[in-house]
Amino acid sequence: MSTPQPPEERLFSLRNKWFTWSVGLTVGTAAVSILIGFVWLPSAKKDPQFSGLWNAICSAAGVPRQWGEVQTPVAPTEKLSTVVLTPDTFVATNSLSIGRGATLSLRCTMCHGPQGLSYANSPNLAGQYESVIYKQLRDFQSGARVNAVMSPMARNLSDQDMKDLAAYYASLPRLRIGRAGAPPMPEIVASGAPMRNIPPCAACHGPANGKPGAPWLEGEPEVYIRAQLLAFASGDRHNDTSEQMRNVARQMTPDEIDAAARFYSASPPPQTP
Amino acid sequence: MLNSRRLVLAHFWFAFATFGVALLLGAWQMYVRSPLHPWLSQPELYYRSVTAHGSVMAYVFPTLIAMGFGYAISEIALDQPLVGRRWAWAGWWLVLVGSVAAIVPVSLGEASVLYTFYPPMIGSPFYYLGIVLVVVGSWIWVALMSVNLRVWRKANRGKPIPLAMFANVAGSYLWAWTAVGAAIEILFLILPVAVGLRSTIDAGLSRVFFSWTLHAIVYFWLVPSYIAYYVLVPRAVGGRLYSDEMARISFILFLVVAMPIGIHHLFADPQVGSGFKFLQSAFTALVAVPTLLTVFTICASVEIAGRLRGGKGVFGWVAALPWREPMMLAVAFSFVMLGFGGAGGLINMSYQLNSTIHNTQWVTGHFHLIFGGAIVIMYFAIAYSLWPQLTGRPLVSQALMRWQLWLWFIGMMVMTIPWHYAGLLGAPRRMAYFDFSNPALAPEAITVVMSLVGALILVVSAVLFFIVLARGHRGAPEAAPKFEFSVAVHPPRTLPIALNSFGLWIALMVGLTVVNYGYPIAQLLVLQDTSVPAVSMGAQQ
Repeated sequence: MSTPQPPEERLFSLRNKWFTWSVGLTVGTAAVSILIGFVWLPSAKKDPQFSGLWNAICSAAGVPRQWGEVQTPVAPTEKLSTVVLTPDTFVATNSLSIGRGATLSLRCTMCHGPQGLSYANSPNLAGQYESVIYKQLRDFQSGARVNAVMSPMARNLSDQDMKDLAAYYASLPRLRIGRAGAPPMPEIVASGAPMRNIPPCAACHGPANGKPGAPWLEGEPEVYIRAQLLAFASGDRHNDTSEQMRNVARQMTPDEIDAAARFYSASPPPQTP
Repeated sequence: MLNSRRLVLAHFWFAFATFGVALLLGAWQMYVRSPLHPWLSQPELYYRSVTAHGSVMAYVFPTLIAMGFGYAISEIALDQPLVGRRWAWAGWWLVLVGSVAAIVPVSLGEASVLYTFYPPMIGSPFYYLGIVLVVVGSWIWVALMSVNLRVWRKANRGKPIPLAMFANVAGSYLWAWTAVGAAIEILFLILPVAVGLRSTIDAGLSRVFFSWTLHAIVYFWLVPSYIAYYVLVPRAVGGRLYSDEMARISFILFLVVAMPIGIHHLFADPQVGSGFKFLQSAFTALVAVPTLLTVFTICASVEIAGRLRGGKGVFGWVAALPWREPMMLAVAFSFVMLGFGGAGGLINMSYQLNSTIHNTQWVTGHFHLIFGGAIVIMYFAIAYSLWPQLTGRPLVSQALMRWQLWLWFIGMMVMTIPWHYAGLLGAPRRMAYFDFSNPALAPEAITVVMSLVGALILVVSAVLFFIVLARGHRGAPEAAPKFEFSVAVHPPRTLPIALNSFGLWIALMVGLTVVNYGYPIAQLLVLQDTSVPAVSMGAQQ
């Protein structure tokens, strides 16, 4: 025998007080908050583009709006890098590119050496990331980076030439330094200088970590590294993305520049497996 | 009845094992960025560790506790064997496999994106897939809780759902809905970039979706602790629950207002309009209501126990409470930490005051106090009260348990109060090292050392915790008395349908989500040019 059940109470009904009160309170709270947040608070702004009910609501909702008169961006006085690296930039690279790059590289050997290892305090290119070599060539060509020797060399290269050169140099074995291990890492390389907004060199250039577009620096000539940091600091070199390296180099002391250049040039490059 | 002992034990042990590892990582992080350690020469290691610590503490540990405790509640409160035990094991395995899949790339330094993902940083796809597996495993638990309740209701038409199960299912529904935000973010925004299909990502939209998950997930972590307040504490201290209905209203309020408030994490983000920030700030303020209801109800329940034990006068009942009972200590400590943490939370959620502490160490101090303190100390208490049922052996180390809880409380206070203060001085969060030799930062140095002392006390407390649990497995077997939850002063015989079902509250939860999130999401979906290039973590090129 089953006990008689009370008739099932209907929940979603205006006769159910729990329903009317809970929905009413929720809607009421939302409505009051919306009125305050979208009408009352924005009315505190007196700028013309926020005055009036509709403008107030739109600004509070986050509809993109113009603040005051549109100003055209200030054009930079120097030429900046326009290179964009995407995952597709080097998809067409293959062994043929390396062969073509090797042929093209004959004109580079005077400074960068027959194996991509310089005897003239020019950068060693053997085993450098291809994105780095490609970007620098493009910047020399566009004038974003200027060098009496390199600018004319790059002027007549096609885009494919530059990719081929990058692929060739990236394929070469890196410099091997006889000494085992790296010298002690100076603080500027390991930790930067947080209070001067200098991130650690090692965070982008190795050995701690790497960032796309940043070269590894180990084994590069000390003179070259120091010269580039000084050029960034003075603004003579200005093809760094978003002024990153200029901001860093400007904040570095001469001692820190020396320490970083000495450390990297004495360190063995990371060996690819 | 508690039949699925192995299942619950597997959840608890896996949860606490990951917790132990993550706790050590946390203490290490506190040490390396203190003035006692030279600057890390590999700051990436710090972020690797923070990612592992956060992912375990946010996704794996509390989820497993909620699942394991939920299965136990289902069997004990409904007095019926768990329906779908095989599915429950499948869920556990998914969490296990997901955790391993996520932690391997993190350990290799290929996913140092922190547990909040922070697009446009992009890590290894296996990290995100691992998190997805953990969430899918927990969704199995959500479904099982719903199924078990349905089976019970068929057999018990019109009867009030036992409070523990009502709260448990409310928590599971809250989790099911809040996890959707991060799931959308991972599946539709992050993974396509992580596997190389796209090279740009809408970081703003991703952050909005994550905020959908980010705040209510805290209430998901908190629900097991609140369940323990209501259904374990009054019985353990020898009293009765002051009001069963009030408890239900608290959990219902969490379900409705905990969800659509996450944009208060984005007060400094430019992609959300100020109106929505204010709206969500207002709803965040409402979350104080269920917490205050809970504090009132539990204090009243405990007062009943104090007076039953002969306490008299305005405060005499406090002295009469069973202070040697671990559950009594746990709830008292939990409330103190909830009080401090809640007060800090009011500052975080206030649109204006937030600007003082946004992205400072204050915020990390805050959530460690609330989660690591008020919530986790109740996880310990839950384990202590369930362990004799799970192992069939009584826990004999009462003194050790008291030491453990005292040390956890002291350690957490010593760690987090100076941590808050460092934030007030302006110390930013997510930094691997600070230049404490700089005169502007020098006053912050001592606060980090104090926090480190707190962290080490916490490690000692955790060691004691593991000793208590391990000894619990080795004692002489003894049939534990039938496990029962607290009884209310007036146990409900009938309930209004609103307090005995979830339909209305889920409808309000979803409705409020649409109102509070609909426009910001729709606008970012429609606007062009809102994507930025992704930044790969751990990539050389």
